[in-house]
Amino acid sequence: MVAEIGFGSLFISLVVSIYGVIAALYGTSNHQKKWILSAQQAMRLVFPLLTITVGSLIYLLINNNFEVVYVSKVSSLSMPLYLKITALWGGQSGSLLFWSWLLAGFTSAVTIKKWDRDQDLLPWVIVVGLGTLTFFLVLNTFFENPFVRYWQVNQDIVQSFSQPAGGFIIGPRNGSGLNPLLRHPGMVIHPPMQYLGFVAFIVPYAYAMASLITGRSDDRWIQLSRRWTLWAWLFLSLGLILGARWAYDVLGWGGYWGWDPVEISALMPWLSGTAFLHAVLIQEKRGMFKQWPIVLIILTYNLVIFGTFLTRSGLLSSVHSFARSAIGPIFLVFIALTFIASFWLLSSRWDKFKSRQELTSFFSKEALILISIVLLMGMLATTFWGVIFPNISELITGAKVTVGPPFYERVAAPILGGILTIMVICPLAVWSYVSFKHLGKLLWKPFIVSLFGIVLPILGGLTKVPAVIAFWLVAFVLAVNGFELVRRTRLRRKTESESFLEAVFRVFQRNKRSYAAMIIHVGIVFMALGIIGIEFFQTETQGTLAEGQELQLASYTMEYEELQIFDTPDARNVARAVVLVKKDGEVLDEIYPRRDFYYDSGQPVTIPGVRSTLVDDFYVILVDWKAVTSEGATFKVYHNPLVKWLWIGAWVIIFGVVVATWPEKKYSMAVSKNARPK
Amino acid sequence: MVKDDLQPIEAEPRKGNSLKFVIGGIVIVAAIIYLMVSSLQANVQYFLTVDEVLEKQNSGELTGRNIRLSGAVLGESIQYDMDTLELRFTIVHVPADIKLVEDEGGLAAALHNAVMDPTRSQLEVVYYGAKPDLLQNEAQAILTGELIANGVFEADELLLKCPTKYEGSVPDQIES
Repeated sequence: MVAEIGFGSLFISLVVSIYGVIAALYGTSNHQKKWILSAQQAMRLVFPLLTITVGSLIYLLINNNFEVVYVSKVSSLSMPLYLKITALWGGQSGSLLFWSWLLAGFTSAVTIKKWDRDQDLLPWVIVVGLGTLTFFLVLNTFFENPFVRYWQVNQDIVQSFSQPAGGFIIGPRNGSGLNPLLRHPGMVIHPPMQYLGFVAFIVPYAYAMASLITGRSDDRWIQLSRRWTLWAWLFLSLGLILGARWAYDVLGWGGYWGWDPVEISALMPWLSGTAFLHAVLIQEKRGMFKQWPIVLIILTYNLVIFGTFLTRSGLLSSVHSFARSAIGPIFLVFIALTFIASFWLLSSRWDKFKSRQELTSFFSKEALILISIVLLMGMLATTFWGVIFPNISELITGAKVTVGPPFYERVAAPILGGILTIMVICPLAVWSYVSFKHLGKLLWKPFIVSLFGIVLPILGGLTKVPAVIAFWLVAFVLAVNGFELVRRTRLRRKTESESFLEAVFRVFQRNKRSYAAMIIHVGIVFMALGIIGIEFFQTETQGTLAEGQELQLASYTMEYEELQIFDTPDARNVARAVVLVKKDGEVLDEIYPRRDFYYDSGQPVTIPGVRSTLVDDFYVILVDWKAVTSEGATFKVYHNPLVKWLWIGAWVIIFGVVVATWPEKKYSMAVSKNARPK
Repeated sequence: MVKDDLQPIEAEPRKGNSLKFVIGGIVIVAAIIYLMVSSLQANVQYFLTVDEVLEKQNSGELTGRNIRLSGAVLGESIQYDMDTLELRFTIVHVPADIKLVEDEGGLAAALHNAVMDPTRSQLEVVYYGAKPDLLQNEAQAILTGELIANGVFEADELLLKCPTKYEGSVPDQIES
């Protein structure tokens, strides 16, 4: 019954969204407002409808309705409630449904705002939003239906949604359970974040298309979608970081990023989305390069769909991919259609979006931002090439080839270096025109401070040149930002009598966006610090220890105390080593690398024990042990310097985006002066 | 006069100076392309099947080359020495062509057939490190490494997939 409700509601929402697209098209071509309003209602309706569908599937998951194929594959009796709910996105068809539901939520939210000034954009936003949704609902309804059930027909077991002739519902006693690797808090929130990021980028794309179709070349579409873009970017960033964190905490190979094709497919829209954010800035401040944001948002939209396609087509062998499925070709057709249509539209409006301004200086803000956009796009092209090159090569030469992490790392390192260099200059550059002399005046003090970034690592015994350069750039960016903040605060204090801290706060408040950007960039630099640490300085060792024996790595010593083996109520068998972390003979910490064996799926998961500080992580994996004799256990140990800054940077970025999107307080200068405390 | 950094200082664009920006752009793009091409040449890995490795190993064209290799894990061959972390196992040829795999009834069936078929070609694999959780009979192993001797492959990266664990056809224990 619940499955019927869920599927029925899914089907109705498909019909409603197709209706919405048609009504919007009809209304705008015949100038009939009532049809457009009707389409708007349709767009509002799909979200509650799909909520019923999602609710039904969650109900089935919670109540262990294993006759539903999807439930039997991703859930089991022993799973705790929160995992049963999150199993909603633990498999192919459920995660597609979840995707559609989020998209419906976003498109519904878009229609709620007042459209007075932007009536002409509305029908096209509806067409793009509901058109995309229709595509995903078609997949869910006809190809990946999460409500398919097991039926027994004579002696055969058939998977079908509706009852086959002479069939009756049967179901296994227990499900096979969510893949144990996915039973991790990071994994519980990583997919929703990723999807939220993906889906939210569809909103600015819809506005961009509406703007192109109606021929409005002003900044309105950018203003309308600015918050969406920022949140999309934040969610996508968080999705990537949480994925990295999960890999670090669960996959047990001491790393956080493996250049796996699916990781790359999530990185690609992030790269183009980041470029988009910056291109928007140039358009808003200078009215230049108006075609760039449109090109970039089209790319982002298509990369979002492409990423979803890659994980679901079975094209790639990776830890992420779902099972092979027939939906691959449909995805490719959809991507090709939207891509060609978007660029055809853009080319037909190309002249309208031309700007009269020209670049005047290499060191102007717009030129620097433009260079960083080109660098980001270079990285995007590299990753895209790395993913599709094997397929192209096979077509042409017949030889199957692949490219591994070294390829990406070799390209990514100089590009990251270039971006950091721009981040040094950019906070000091001004729009339109700046001379090198002017920049030099502002740069020399931070430059001297940044030399600490060279001297300190060398004194610390560092000899790798790229690493020294990287540390120096990080120090330089931080110094520049620090000096800028102080300089602007001083400027303000010349005219206002405020305490230093109050002035800092007011400077922030007056120019919220530019300081939010500063915070986000500092977060990026922190992350770069973490990446440099683990990429250049990770060391590892391994060994088999008897109880009480020690193993050394870097300046640490680990002592193996004992092994504890026990069962848990949620059907795991845990083998846990107690390990002491020591430095100079002093015990610093006790960590517990362990191996969980899941009875329901018969699969083990290795979870490292980590002692994490701002300076370094001491990361221990329990590889194996001699079960009966308890005479020893084998460990693999990693020393990962600075990696914690990767996660700290992520928090800083979240904070920055919150500042940037915080609702504007509307007050005039006069009011703010009067309100100032004496 | 307080000069606000965010206020554009307007300057008349001189005619014809856009050339230097075009050149600057080309230089950057060319640098990125050079980086891509040179890195690609240095880091391409050949993706081979067990059959192809055995076929080509005598000609010497595989020596010193970084190879990516996939095959089915033969469960009974897995040997692990906990003291040296030396892991040895045998992989069995599985066709790389997706069509052939589909004809056998999907990846899980193809892996099963490979392991059950004693006439298929086999290759011994050595790996030093932790024994992966997913290393078991009929798992698909995707290995990266080099051929160190005839018939012996040393992997420095080991990726495993058990198709049955993700989405099988019908669960084992079914009741009416």
